[in-house]
Amino acid sequence: MTRRKLLDRLLKVTSAASMGVVVAALAAILWTIISKGAKSLNWSLITQVPKGDFYTGGGGGIANAILGSIYLGIGATLLALAIGLPTVLYLRTYADRSRFASVVRGLLDVLWGVPSIVFGAFGFTLMIYLGMRASLLAGIITVAMFELPIMIRAMDLVMRMVPHELDEVSYGLGATRCETAIKVIARQAIPGIVTGALLAFGRGIGDAASVLFTAGFTDRIPESLTQPAATLPLAIFFQMGTPFKEVQDRAYGAALVLVMIVLVTSVASRVLSARLGRYVV
Amino acid sequence: MLATTLFSGMLVVVIAVALYARSRPLIASKSLSAIIFGANWKPSAGEFGLGPFIIGTAWVTAVAAIIAVPLCIFASIYLAEYAAPRTRSILKPLIDLLAGIPSVVYGAWAALVIVPLIADHLGPYAQAHLKRIPLLNAEYVTGYSVLAGGIVLAVMICPVIISVAEEVLRAVPQDYRDASYAVGATRLETITKVVIRRALRGLMAAVVLGISRALGETMAVLMVVGNVAALPKSVFDPAYPLPALIANNYGEMMSIPLYDSALLCAALVLLVIVLFFNVAARLVLVRGASR
Amino acid sequence: MSDDSHIRIRDLNLFYDDAQVLKDVSVSIHSLHVTAIIGASGCGKTSLLKCINRLAELAPRARVTGEVIVGNQDIYARGVDVTAVRKRIGLIAQKPTPLPMSIFENVAYGPRIYGMGSKKKLRETVERCLKTVGLWDEVKARLKDPAGRLSIGQQQRLCLARGLAVEPEVLLFDEPTSSLDPNSALRIERAIVELKSNYTCVVVTHNLVQARRIADHVLFMSDGKLVEHGAADAMFDSPREAQTQAYIMDESL
Repeated sequence: MTRRKLLDRLLKVTSAASMGVVVAALAAILWTIISKGAKSLNWSLITQVPKGDFYTGGGGGIANAILGSIYLGIGATLLALAIGLPTVLYLRTYADRSRFASVVRGLLDVLWGVPSIVFGAFGFTLMIYLGMRASLLAGIITVAMFELPIMIRAMDLVMRMVPHELDEVSYGLGATRCETAIKVIARQAIPGIVTGALLAFGRGIGDAASVLFTAGFTDRIPESLTQPAATLPLAIFFQMGTPFKEVQDRAYGAALVLVMIVLVTSVASRVLSARLGRYVV
Repeated sequence: MLATTLFSGMLVVVIAVALYARSRPLIASKSLSAIIFGANWKPSAGEFGLGPFIIGTAWVTAVAAIIAVPLCIFASIYLAEYAAPRTRSILKPLIDLLAGIPSVVYGAWAALVIVPLIADHLGPYAQAHLKRIPLLNAEYVTGYSVLAGGIVLAVMICPVIISVAEEVLRAVPQDYRDASYAVGATRLETITKVVIRRALRGLMAAVVLGISRALGETMAVLMVVGNVAALPKSVFDPAYPLPALIANNYGEMMSIPLYDSALLCAALVLLVIVLFFNVAARLVLVRGASR
Repeated sequence: MSDDSHIRIRDLNLFYDDAQVLKDVSVSIHSLHVTAIIGASGCGKTSLLKCINRLAELAPRARVTGEVIVGNQDIYARGVDVTAVRKRIGLIAQKPTPLPMSIFENVAYGPRIYGMGSKKKLRETVERCLKTVGLWDEVKARLKDPAGRLSIGQQQRLCLARGLAVEPEVLLFDEPTSSLDPNSALRIERAIVELKSNYTCVVVTHNLVQARRIADHVLFMSDGKLVEHGAADAMFDSPREAQTQAYIMDESL
């Protein structure tokens, strides 16, 4: 084979192999978590709260962290949605293609790059400033800020694809900008809104650095917004941090639960956006 | 709606300002350069040099980049230029899946798999055969090292780099490729001399974006990097990146004077570094697209 | 001004940034007649149409000067409620654009916004409008279906029904049949001719044969200016301006 052909072959092989390595890494991670996690996963782990010596090898489970994460995730996503959806609607309906929109989108791009630990540090600062203690509410606010750029970016992408003819039809019938935004643009973009919200939920529920300072940690299931809340990522982190092997093994059970929640969210996102998007033209 | 838009846009500014405000007590008592370049971190003695942590971050990020960049560029070449549409439609969701795995899960995996790999296999190999090579010599290997952090970071930033790079490559119009094939060039020649040349700015932006993600990643790295505040001399030594510093010490923030200021200053420094890379990548992407 | 002019346009100018798209257009549109606007691509016909229902100003950096008097009201006067203007003047666009809702909701969209009635009244309105455009029998069994599932011809009739539901006085049509197959096109044309007994209709078209079929009056535009206007038969058989004659002859070939 000539040198040219040899190099050509080499590129193809290297590229495919590289892709293979990436996929293999994914497979390895999932395999490890599933196989190790399945060993420790049992009904009592999911349904019980930790007993006093849970982190040193004793009994109990991670129900506190599972519920804490779910409350936190739902709360944070709803809060982020309440801020993010009007924002993308405004950008698309009132300000699309304007300088103002470019500036805001630029700032949001920058916000997207902020590491979650910085959100955690800011959330902590805010907490102190407002005199709040480490609690479910503080965690919700911080994670909502973390989710916001993720959610906005995903939704904005879809919003901008809504054809401008729809705007004109709505205005032509005598609707106001606001009515057009809510009744027409948002309807057309529902798949994007659902995907964006659930994507943000998946990222938010899996993040540890933003809740580290702000949500606290406790063995109990939170009963109000002002109580601290345990979260799955932190439960995994703390369990991995102990020197006891049984506790570390249980961490993989928690990791498996977390990964499953994220996976289910991803599947739900596809299903929901297909169903709710039946009217999209 | 306008209110939420303004809020969202200003949030990043508010965060930066708030962190700066909380860091001021520290910056007032020591100069900013003393903090950034200071080599000693002894809070109880009032020494708050962030130098070792910035260097630690640089080490881990560099290792991650060295591993991830070639891997991801080749992988995205495969995705954009070789893969059939059906294959692509399976691979892309898989990559998204990789992106969705939480950081702590990566850390748990790395602690279980990568750290022993280094301690039991790579370390001894380096001790035996790589003694003369600087940066790779291993004196005392526990597995908790820059290398472990770099490897897990590399896997974590792959989805970011691949997704942007693949889009950039696919955006090169087919006409360019056709023109190259028409004169008899091979695939490799077309890809390297034509496609990549056109997409170069975008590819660089993808890499810079990946680096900016790596700089801010906290939990996974924290769990495997050793958290020792000394300057690493080889990849087998432990390090203490900036995010790990903040995460590990928040509990003691209020107990020592100026400690909280120092940690929030560290957060501010991290923010500035990450934003710098992020904005640079965006500018390159935007300028590249308008050509 | 003659008594049967519904819309009086005086010295209308439209600018997009520095480009002038409409130049000193002045004309009256007769009430309860079909007026066709013809002319080459880019001559400003669609822009003129969109000035009548104040949609043209939505484009970035658009500026309008002059008067458009509908009935007794200058719709460009200060303080005029633009949404009320648009309710009085309906527009059916070139590309059939159903709203992302069910067939029923599409037609009910306008009336709902204006609070035009109870559930019962809405259903009556929707049925009436769909019957007027000849769509009722085809869709009455699937009113809750997504409007996007209709054929293009059906979608355009749906858009017409939707426009009728807000009870306008004027109907504007921007090349309403250019995206449609000949059958659907004919149905729309027939609908327009029927509608003129209750609505003033203005139709932009590049199809002179169509214009001959449906128009009572014709406006010929070129390069943003109104070149000639008059009764349809007179315009087509013996146009006064050379430009008009040239255009008509060109298009007929």
